[in-house]
Amino acid sequence: MSAHGTRGSGMTWVGRAIRRLEDPALITGQGRFTADLPAAHWVRFVRSPVAAGKILSTIGPAGTMMITAADLDGVKRITPILHKFSYKPVGQPPLAEGVVRFTGELVAAVVATTAADAEDIAERVELSIDETVAVSDARAALKSGAPQVHPEAPGNVILEGKVKTPDFDGVWGTADKIITVNARSRRQNATPIEPRGAHASYDAATGRITLTCTTQMPHLTRTAISDVLGFPESELRVIAPDVGGGFGQKMSLASEYVVLVWLARKLKSSVGWIEDRRENLIAGFHSRDQYITLEGAFDKSAKLLALKTDIVSNIGAYSCFPTTCGVEPLMAMAEMPGPYDVQQYQCLARGVITNTCTMAPYRGVSRPVITFTIERLMDKAAAAFGIDPVDIRRRNLIDRFPYKSAMGLEYDEATYKETLEMAVKAIDVPAFRKRQKDGRAQGRHLGIGFATFSERTGYGSPAFAARGMEITPGWETVIVTVDPSGFVEARIGSSPHGQGLRTTLAQIIADELGITPDMIKVVHGDTDRAPYGWGTFASRSLVISGGATLIAARKVRAKLLKIASHLLETAPDDIVLADGMAKVAGTDRTIPIAKLAREAYTQTHRFGGEIEPGLTETGHYDPPGTFSNACHVAIVAVDVETGHVKVEKFLVAEDAGRIINPMIADGQVHGGIAQGIGNALLEEIVYDENGGILTATLADYLPPTAHEIPDIELHHIETPSTNSITRAKGLGEGGTIGAPAAVINAINDALSPFGVQIDEIPATPQRIRAALRGAEKLA
Amino acid sequence: MSAKTAITLTINGRDCAIAVEPRRTLADAIREDCGHTGTHIGCEHGICGACTVIVDDEPVRSCLMFAVQANGRKIRTVEGLATGDKLHPIQQAFMDHHGLQCGFCTPGFLMLAVGVLEREPNINDEDLLDVLSSNLCRCTGYQNIIKAVRAAAKEMRNR
Repeated sequence: MSAHGTRGSGMTWVGRAIRRLEDPALITGQGRFTADLPAAHWVRFVRSPVAAGKILSTIGPAGTMMITAADLDGVKRITPILHKFSYKPVGQPPLAEGVVRFTGELVAAVVATTAADAEDIAERVELSIDETVAVSDARAALKSGAPQVHPEAPGNVILEGKVKTPDFDGVWGTADKIITVNARSRRQNATPIEPRGAHASYDAATGRITLTCTTQMPHLTRTAISDVLGFPESELRVIAPDVGGGFGQKMSLASEYVVLVWLARKLKSSVGWIEDRRENLIAGFHSRDQYITLEGAFDKSAKLLALKTDIVSNIGAYSCFPTTCGVEPLMAMAEMPGPYDVQQYQCLARGVITNTCTMAPYRGVSRPVITFTIERLMDKAAAAFGIDPVDIRRRNLIDRFPYKSAMGLEYDEATYKETLEMAVKAIDVPAFRKRQKDGRAQGRHLGIGFATFSERTGYGSPAFAARGMEITPGWETVIVTVDPSGFVEARIGSSPHGQGLRTTLAQIIADELGITPDMIKVVHGDTDRAPYGWGTFASRSLVISGGATLIAARKVRAKLLKIASHLLETAPDDIVLADGMAKVAGTDRTIPIAKLAREAYTQTHRFGGEIEPGLTETGHYDPPGTFSNACHVAIVAVDVETGHVKVEKFLVAEDAGRIINPMIADGQVHGGIAQGIGNALLEEIVYDENGGILTATLADYLPPTAHEIPDIELHHIETPSTNSITRAKGLGEGGTIGAPAAVINAINDALSPFGVQIDEIPATPQRIRAALRGAEKLA
Repeated sequence: MSAKTAITLTINGRDCAIAVEPRRTLADAIREDCGHTGTHIGCEHGICGACTVIVDDEPVRSCLMFAVQANGRKIRTVEGLATGDKLHPIQQAFMDHHGLQCGFCTPGFLMLAVGVLEREPNINDEDLLDVLSSNLCRCTGYQNIIKAVRAAAKEMRNR
């Protein structure tokens, strides 16, 4: 990395595709992941083999160590709370207490000196369960007479959100056409390549425990575990080392971590647990299992007047901590209208408990599902009005800002129409239509699908407070220190795990301080080293941690200028920081920034009491939130004989505000789209009628490979956000939000001659063939 | 649990003499018995490819091979790719083209790519895509992995 391109030389580090500071360790095998730590003891969990039942007995082999709920005397249940939406708090004991509620639930933990021995012992545990009737489907759980999963939540409804705008009924009655979508999103698993894991070690000198684990939110993990186990937070240090992807799955508190810390305290030793892939697939949190009915009322010119929706979200057996199970149904309720101008809205959103693995956030949370639903609505409406799918979007996309949605969300300036037009131009729709027509004549079925969407990102505590969360995340803190050697350390509360924040935050600081990014170390993921913060999730870290970084760096900059002003005997306004030097503008008088830093510690007597010692400043940031947006276009080929879908091309026109590092931004979009294509076509957790899981290996649950992902063409607009002090918007989830809708619309376009409708993800070959067979029967 | 067998694994040119149960996988032996934690384990059933290492010049999923099967054979792992401070072209290309994000699958992809490019320096794009489809990455969407491997192939041919 050269010293060129700093602020004073007319170029900024922000906006440049510099190589990542994270990479040298990771590409040489020097990354430090949780599973790399040796431990004196290893744990294997005994998990429920059935979805529902009463535990009669759990007997471990003689001479081995096993713990069950009976041993965890005084340990509280994990009980996340919402204060709104008729939420029924249900607690989750870290190990099942008398009753099991899903296949894979923890019943006991066995401990041995090697992981292999622990696994052997676990296989010999005699677990006797009186199996009861389970319910795994959310609609079935809502029927009268369905098994009741928790007595606290009668009818299996754990929360219910309802809204209706005042003029809804009157406007609904004026509609020219009502269009309906019955959308189904099957259950999915975020599937990070690194499974979850934890390592808890006891320090005999201090009595403290250090928990190293695969978490996206180390600080809250510490708060939660000390609450549940009932000891001071100061006795627990939590480290998130290198974490091998999370995508939301690693932000929720794992019961396993609670048990590990309890065991390390009990054994006064080190204890490790590394999840295997089967455990991850059956019990590592699931997502996206929803039924959504969406109706749109349109006027004669195909303008959307009102939306009515019924959302049924299968939240699994317990409520995830800290977001609670409201995260999917309530986000669906708040953001269903997406990028469309519609002021009348009615919604019923229910979270339904079932005998399935607990639901937790997964990249995009509800938005891949609601975007797929409303984008199906738009395509169906276009067909009903006999207009082009692009046209109906032109007529309905938001184009005035700030825009207040029917749910009261304020949209900052975005480019919904501009990105649509950009995508339409780049994909050359007329040329595609000709290719489609020629293909059909030869039995080759091509389709094109559009998805336009808004991505709410970088939102602070007010947005979470609107859900009534007992634990309300939102803000971030960053502490920037220039040490006496002139090097910089930024300690951040966020906890990146692949997003490249060590690089992008260094770029922000480098511009403020007139130094190079390689002089800046970003420290995260250690509750002893980093200030309290919420972590990395919800497309928030670059906006919120980035904002806090900028605030702290500006304070450091101001102090450097003040010190320079003393030493150079010049007004601070006449000094610039660039190329590692403080310079008096228009002169050749300079002083190295490293010298200013040294003086801040060692020559404080020279400042006449006007400047406090040291060079450390803190920034806090809690922004209102900003909306990124994009238009995705998929071109697919559907083999009508086999139901196989090949995505031939994927094009994106996106706007995420000011881009800090274009290379990293593009990488986030690529990865999101690949997950979205997987969600659209391949990925599905399947339960049998008794609540057993049929997809417990990666040969059954199918993340996409390089073969399934086409070349992705990216186009950009940068609309700087006024709701973000770096002007950046978040972009971590957008790829996953738009891709399923674009792919499913493309499949429907390809199959339009057959009169079939695919309103379900994933659109597997079996589902496509079943739809085609159904259409053949009708014909 | 059963009796242990003495074996020697030659990892990145250095012998590692260990005693393992017959059921011990090569992946576990490399990581835990020999201490090379750069090789990662993602699924333990041969699908994800995170544990790919090179055994006698062939990319191998080390979770599907027993350590005793590798006795006396030459094993290369991610730790052996660079020569001193000089990165292997595949490592440099992954950095230059942003072929990694979280970095967990990366060692497996690097070893897969090196194994294939050494065997077939002129591999065509279609065959390369086939090979790279052997491993899973959840972060990058594969775009930049493919770019990086193509760039490394060119660099390795020109060396």
